Amino acid sequence: MEASPDYAVQMHGITKAFGSFKALDGVDLDVKRQTVHAILGENGAGKSTLMNVLYGLYQADEGEVYLGGQGVQIQSPLDAIAHGIGMVHQHFMLVENFTVTENIILGDEVCRSLGVLDMARAKREVEKIVDEYGFDVDPDATIEDITVGMQQRVEILKALYRGADTLILDEPTAVLTPQEITQLIKIMHGLVARGKTIIIITHKLREIMESADACTIIRRGKYMGTVDVGETIEEELASKMVGRCVTLSVEKGPASPGETVLSVKGLHVRDGRGIEQVCGLDLDVRAGEIVGIAGIEGNGQDEFVEAIDGLAKVDSGTISVRGEEIQNTVPRNVLDHRVATIPADRQRLGLVLPFTVAENAILERHGEKAFGKGATLDYGKVRSFANGLIEEYDIRPAGCADSPAGGLSGGNQQKVIIAREVSSEPDLLVAVQPTRGLDVGAIEFVHKALIRERDRGAAILLISLELDEVMDVADTIAVIHHGKIVGTFRQGSVSEEEIGLLMAGGGKR
Amino acid sequence: MNTTAIKVLRKPIASAIIAILIGFLVAAVVLASAGYDPGASFAALFSGMVGRPRYVVNVIIKATPLLLCGVAVAFAFKVGLFNIGAEGQYILGTIAATVVGITCDLPPVLEIPLVVLSGTIAGVLSGALVGWLKAKFGIHEVITSIMFNWISLYLCNYVVSLDVFHQPNTTGTYPVHGSAFTMILPNWKLSDEGQAALANLPVLRDVLVRCDVNVGIIVAVVVAVLIGWLLRRTKVGYEMRAVGLNKDAARFAGINVEGNVVLCMVISGALCGLAGALNITGISPHGISTLAAFENNGFNGLSVAFIAGCSPVGCIPASLLFAGLIYGGQTVQQVMGAPSEIISIMIGTIVFCMALGGVVPMLAERIRRSRAERVERARELAAKTGATPASPAGEGDAPKAVDAADAGAPAAEAPSGAAEPNGSNEKKGADGDAR
Repeated sequence: MEASPDYAVQMHGITKAFGSFKALDGVDLDVKRQTVHAILGENGAGKSTLMNVLYGLYQADEGEVYLGGQGVQIQSPLDAIAHGIGMVHQHFMLVENFTVTENIILGDEVCRSLGVLDMARAKREVEKIVDEYGFDVDPDATIEDITVGMQQRVEILKALYRGADTLILDEPTAVLTPQEITQLIKIMHGLVARGKTIIIITHKLREIMESADACTIIRRGKYMGTVDVGETIEEELASKMVGRCVTLSVEKGPASPGETVLSVKGLHVRDGRGIEQVCGLDLDVRAGEIVGIAGIEGNGQDEFVEAIDGLAKVDSGTISVRGEEIQNTVPRNVLDHRVATIPADRQRLGLVLPFTVAENAILERHGEKAFGKGATLDYGKVRSFANGLIEEYDIRPAGCADSPAGGLSGGNQQKVIIAREVSSEPDLLVAVQPTRGLDVGAIEFVHKALIRERDRGAAILLISLELDEVMDVADTIAVIHHGKIVGTFRQGSVSEEEIGLLMAGGGKR
Repeated sequence: MNTTAIKVLRKPIASAIIAILIGFLVAAVVLASAGYDPGASFAALFSGMVGRPRYVVNVIIKATPLLLCGVAVAFAFKVGLFNIGAEGQYILGTIAATVVGITCDLPPVLEIPLVVLSGTIAGVLSGALVGWLKAKFGIHEVITSIMFNWISLYLCNYVVSLDVFHQPNTTGTYPVHGSAFTMILPNWKLSDEGQAALANLPVLRDVLVRCDVNVGIIVAVVVAVLIGWLLRRTKVGYEMRAVGLNKDAARFAGINVEGNVVLCMVISGALCGLAGALNITGISPHGISTLAAFENNGFNGLSVAFIAGCSPVGCIPASLLFAGLIYGGQTVQQVMGAPSEIISIMIGTIVFCMALGGVVPMLAERIRRSRAERVERARELAAKTGATPASPAGEGDAPKAVDAADAGAPAAEAPSGAAEPNGSNEKKGADGDAR
């Protein structure tokens, strides 16, 4: 496509290699003025790399960038800002104990002579932008006191304050509740109506359908095409992204719950700073059912899981597995009660990255007789056990038993953990964010594994920040808010909006 | 450079050898700039190390405590602990061995194990305390063990000053009882009979009579191999390595992190204490003396561990090299008049280069990558220009292909086959780096 002033951003033939690995290989992107343009791709497809090239964080090896039809060289983020490009990163870059105004002007402060800050004028300027775009943000609020959704708006304001005409939003919905996502989409359309252009990076199909005008798909660094969102369906986008047909819905039979395996009563747990995060939590999980916990990050999920696993001290209340209390014991005791956990942070808790895949495969189980005699480990047996898992769970590359786990891709690392935890045939499987950062194909695999375990008769506790995942996979949906279960529903008996309201602390009760 | 060379470069031992070569190179530059002939100096160094059988034996004797302390440090390092207290634990070992060896006088079968064990236990207690403070209160082992070094030093001086142990008119204690000696044939070699037998064996005579040949090195080598085995082949070693590499994951997997930390420090301390005890029983003066400064057996153990890349078995050659440099360095001073500090420079450079550690494998990786890249580009160009790829060409042809491609020759040989698996490995590497 010719460079034209009708397009806010045009990137042609962008190639970027790290070593001989081509993160981007001749990718094109043409973003029309005043549109929302989505960039869709699996993890590691090169979406972020492409945007980092546009924002000047990386230099492309080949290819041209045009802004409004003019060829430009963007050498650094400062160049990008000067050209009217703003970027909101997935992880916010805000000073927690500064006010909204202070954060917005940070790095571009309004000063009187001698470098004295003019906060009054700064506040006026910020208020002007807030009013202009209809953002619901209090300029004097401190960042740590406002919601994540508002923090994100502050990030957008920061970019607007610096005169951005084109905004790049990197995975903007990852941390938001459904209500906040709706609001964000409204804000994006408002910005477009006021002449801005927005590029969002995402792998969530539904949001693209709801918010974007056009969508460019990248797969493994290659340009797969640009589609008009009005003329496509989710399944088409998904198969273009993954390169094969995928089932987006989770297929499973009805649950046949048995006896109660996990029973949590009146649980109180404090975090490392001494603040109570789990405040009287009650929950039952029965054999043969998946209980999903929906909630916004930081509502006590982490502490709840740590308490189950014996990593955090329980102040009061009980956690019983098949009638035996396990709270305030050691992780070994919890494991011996046939509780397996797929941890949220697979690299910190789930794997010893420099260990080989085989060594990781027996973590938690290295003491078992099957893997050695007396005090010694039989590495031959360990390896053949690992090879069995590698084959069964299709961990790639095949034959990776002796290579370090750190060299595997994220999805395959997750497969190693799942294979290990499931292979011990647990009575209770706690899966925390089991699909975080995984692409559509790998997500499908994980969900199937969870359902297979359920059908084997295990009790499954699924804790996820992705509401869709909980809604699709869980047989029973429990909503957590401020360390308490504020509602429990059977799958299909509740709407997403209702759950979203409870997650945010609203609704009945 | 061919592929085998790159493969060799990626091995850890390559880093060690290159570090040692750089150490010699730097020493040569310093020597030359100070007006000494580097060649002659190195010749003096080597003749001081291996010139006579007795020199070799002395190097081995010196290497014994370095090996044990080196293994102790390397072992702790594998468990994620930095045992900088090896020096103090070594001193405690010497103190306990001396005190027990002077106080008790039993037959050798009992006396030797008793003395050696008491030194070891002294190290164990010190290590255990450091480990416990770390496990229980999270006090960093570097802080506590450094302080223990000084406590041990002054405890040593205090023990020397006690009338019970102090040998009048010296700066040291009485030697331990002869029944505790671990030299080889200590009495026979000095007896008339022994002298007569050795008269015709000059090599053996040189070695036996003029040095304190002792069994320490055998113990040390066995210990090094044993520790290597412990780490690699046992369940407790597996747990310890897991704790060292990722203690959160280890705890999550039900491994007792605190228990393993204490156990590790116990073993590490034991090895240093053992080193101290074996030096008391093995070499004269068989007692301790007032210390004005550290003797550096433990601190040099740190250097040995790093030269060995923290491999317990690797400590065996590393300690021999280290001891050789120190011992041979004296000859450099005597023969050339060059200050023996040149050895310190050399050792410092070697340790520094080892600390840069990953650099050599990284360089190897980079060479491989840029080659693979060039091959890739050549192939692409060849494909563009429409040339039919020639019969699979080896790696060695890659540069040629690039030259041809650069010149724009349409018949550029497109290397394939051998280059391809490299390319795919590449991606994994890059992936990992990016993360």
